[in-house]
Amino acid sequence: MSTQPLLHMTHISKSFPGVQALSGVELTVERGEILALVGENGAGKSTLMRILNGVFAPDSGQILWNGQPVTLHSPHDAQRLGISMIHQELALIPYLDVGKNIYLGREPTGSLPGTINWSKLYAQARQQLDCLGLDIDPRRQVRFLPLAQQQMVEVAKALSLDARLIVMDEPTSSLTEREVETLFQQIRALRAQGVSVIYISHRLEEVFAIADRVAVLRDGSLVGCKPVADLTPEQVIRMMVGRELSQVYEKGDEASAGDVVLAVEHLSREGAIQDVTFRLHAGEILGVAGLVGAGRTELAETLFGVHPATSGTIRLNGQEVTIQRPAQAIRSGIALVPEDRKAAGLFLRMNVATNIVMALFGRLARWGIIPWARVEQIAGDFVERLDIRTPSLQQRVRNLSGGNQQKVVIARWLTLEPEVLILDEPTRGIDVGAKAEIYRLMHQLAGRGVGILMISSELPEILGVSDRVLVMREGRLVGEFDPRTATQDDLMSAATGSGDSGRNGQ
Amino acid sequence: MTVARRNALATGLRRGTVILVLLALVIFFSLTSDRFLQGRNLVNIAVQNAHVIVVAVGMTMVMLMGGIDLSVGSVAALAGAISAGLIARDGWAVGTAMAAGLALGFIAGLTNGVLIVYGKLPPFVATLAMLGVARGFTLVYTEGRPISGMGDAYTFWSRGEIGPIPAPLVVWVVIVALVWLLLTRTRFGLHIYAIGGNEETARLAGVPVNRVKLLTFGLSGFLAALAGILLTARVFSAQPQAGAGLELDAIAASVLGGVSLFGGVGGIPGTAVGALLVGTLGNGMNLLRVASYPQQVIQGAVLVMAVAVDMYAKRLERG
Repeated sequence: MSTQPLLHMTHISKSFPGVQALSGVELTVERGEILALVGENGAGKSTLMRILNGVFAPDSGQILWNGQPVTLHSPHDAQRLGISMIHQELALIPYLDVGKNIYLGREPTGSLPGTINWSKLYAQARQQLDCLGLDIDPRRQVRFLPLAQQQMVEVAKALSLDARLIVMDEPTSSLTEREVETLFQQIRALRAQGVSVIYISHRLEEVFAIADRVAVLRDGSLVGCKPVADLTPEQVIRMMVGRELSQVYEKGDEASAGDVVLAVEHLSREGAIQDVTFRLHAGEILGVAGLVGAGRTELAETLFGVHPATSGTIRLNGQEVTIQRPAQAIRSGIALVPEDRKAAGLFLRMNVATNIVMALFGRLARWGIIPWARVEQIAGDFVERLDIRTPSLQQRVRNLSGGNQQKVVIARWLTLEPEVLILDEPTRGIDVGAKAEIYRLMHQLAGRGVGILMISSELPEILGVSDRVLVMREGRLVGEFDPRTATQDDLMSAATGSGDSGRNGQ
Repeated sequence: MTVARRNALATGLRRGTVILVLLALVIFFSLTSDRFLQGRNLVNIAVQNAHVIVVAVGMTMVMLMGGIDLSVGSVAALAGAISAGLIARDGWAVGTAMAAGLALGFIAGLTNGVLIVYGKLPPFVATLAMLGVARGFTLVYTEGRPISGMGDAYTFWSRGEIGPIPAPLVVWVVIVALVWLLLTRTRFGLHIYAIGGNEETARLAGVPVNRVKLLTFGLSGFLAALAGILLTARVFSAQPQAGAGLELDAIAASVLGGVSLFGGVGGIPGTAVGALLVGTLGNGMNLLRVASYPQQVIQGAVLVMAVAVDMYAKRLERG
């Protein structure tokens, strides 16, 4: 075996109109190595990986594969070399079954040319899924699978490519801790077979749990690449943001337990949540933990009237309210920042000002005419207050980073001055620097007396940010914890309902 | 209701809607007209709609891929006119002239594909342009007058019989079967579904997206030309305005049959039943002596109803 590294990307530069996306980046991956690639959004990770995948051609620089210079014109070229990519956004076709998704583009040929050997395809898919310890029917349509299983199908698809190098872009963003552990076992097994992995993640715990080396990108340059053993999470964060970050999880002032703003009693919705009772105080951040599918999002949707409750009561400031539709929830002072901000929260092709003021148009308009000057003024206020980084109010939201998009959604709801703000996975896919800002914003709002319900799958976040933590399992509330004394293991065992204290990603 | 049962019901409803509506129509017309259920009338339905079914099959392929082909009616007219003209005016052999018509349809479809794949035009715009261009060529070629005198070997394909079975029935059954096999058994078919499901994913998986698109639009043009020849043969002449509005019948048949306008969902059996439904409705209304103008209103209403049921089923499925 040669002593050359498996992959050597050297002097890679790439610019787009107005942006130097990458300048002189060096990256090597050895055989059987797990290299974590980290950096804030916009640091150039995806551009670098797209170059590796043959989607973009670099302006300058070279890619050496086993020491040989290669030119990649398409993802197909990359695949042929043995480079395979798992994308952050699920790239499965919902109406095709699992087997077809895994072997799309390389279907085994049947007895006649152009036809497909279906039994071979499904048998191979079955084998591939078994390898991952997945009990999924390869003939099942992907759309019927939970998100986490869909993610695992993606992994199975990449593994089936006989890849020598697999790039995983945020592969765990929708997996439960348990599934993350399964995935990590698989990744380690791959490493033992000499397969290399480039692992991209915002979750530093995962990076430290799985990676051999960490490469940090900032503003299009490689700022460091070291064995994980020589680094601490704090050092990595400092390399990523280029400055000292006092603390990611910043507690607000000790929560002054205000009056009960939201009281929920025996709330149920068939097939989603059962007999949920809790209180949320003004100025409190109440964390809701649980596995994917435990009913957390369903609880949020019920409180917000997306799917009305079948029984139980909701009281706001002591007054019982009926919430059958989102409009009623909004009128009562409840706001929801949904899990999938692109699908349910933002008008991606519209500008920042319109997105922020969208919920107010009805109130601002006189005779149906929109006072644009006033709109810009209000939007400008919020851009300043929330420190939304955008070149102008006219910028399309699609062009903002994930963290700034999230702030736009939050700003929209703040224009309505809600008393209860529900945040569903508020920091998913957001980089560390922006996360800290979102937390700061939450504490600011709580300080002003807003009651915040935060749903999150990231236990460090739940413990770091909340004043009180609820745990859900199978649609029920199964525990309440004080984050100052509870551990991740406590939350996991409550969430899984086993004495076995789950995994905490370390 | 459990999620599994609800899903099963919803899927059944979506598959079954079109069949239920067709059954309801059959029952209604057999009660209101004593001629409806006669064998000759049923054969009529199958024969008279051959061109609609053939075009709908092509449209379904395009729609499954997430596209649309508005040019099929005009391309049908052009292929019918050219093949008829080559025989009647230039004395070509029937077989050669028909082959030329079919090739012309394929080329027209391929042109749509080139505009879409390489010109980056939306399918709606590219095929709308082709709708105008093909109709214009037809009018120029026919000078606005019907072309007739193609002879028996040509009209055989809509008027003749193969054994005891009418020729157009054989034609559409063969086309339906072939395209159904193409979509369900071949790599090409799977790739059509994949592109309609998520084009970017398909591209990343190494599906030759451009080639599949070109070929699919080409096939749609080819089938439109075949429909044009069937139509020309049935009325013994190539009419300059033949096939006007055929694209709407084809889209209606596909949508009734469960094909999603956004691609990726549906199939040939549904479309075939959808096309028969459109045909049965027209036939029944003719028997009941419904005037042709209100017929269009009723057709529109049936389309809306069937799609509404489908949307409801989709909501159930999602829960």
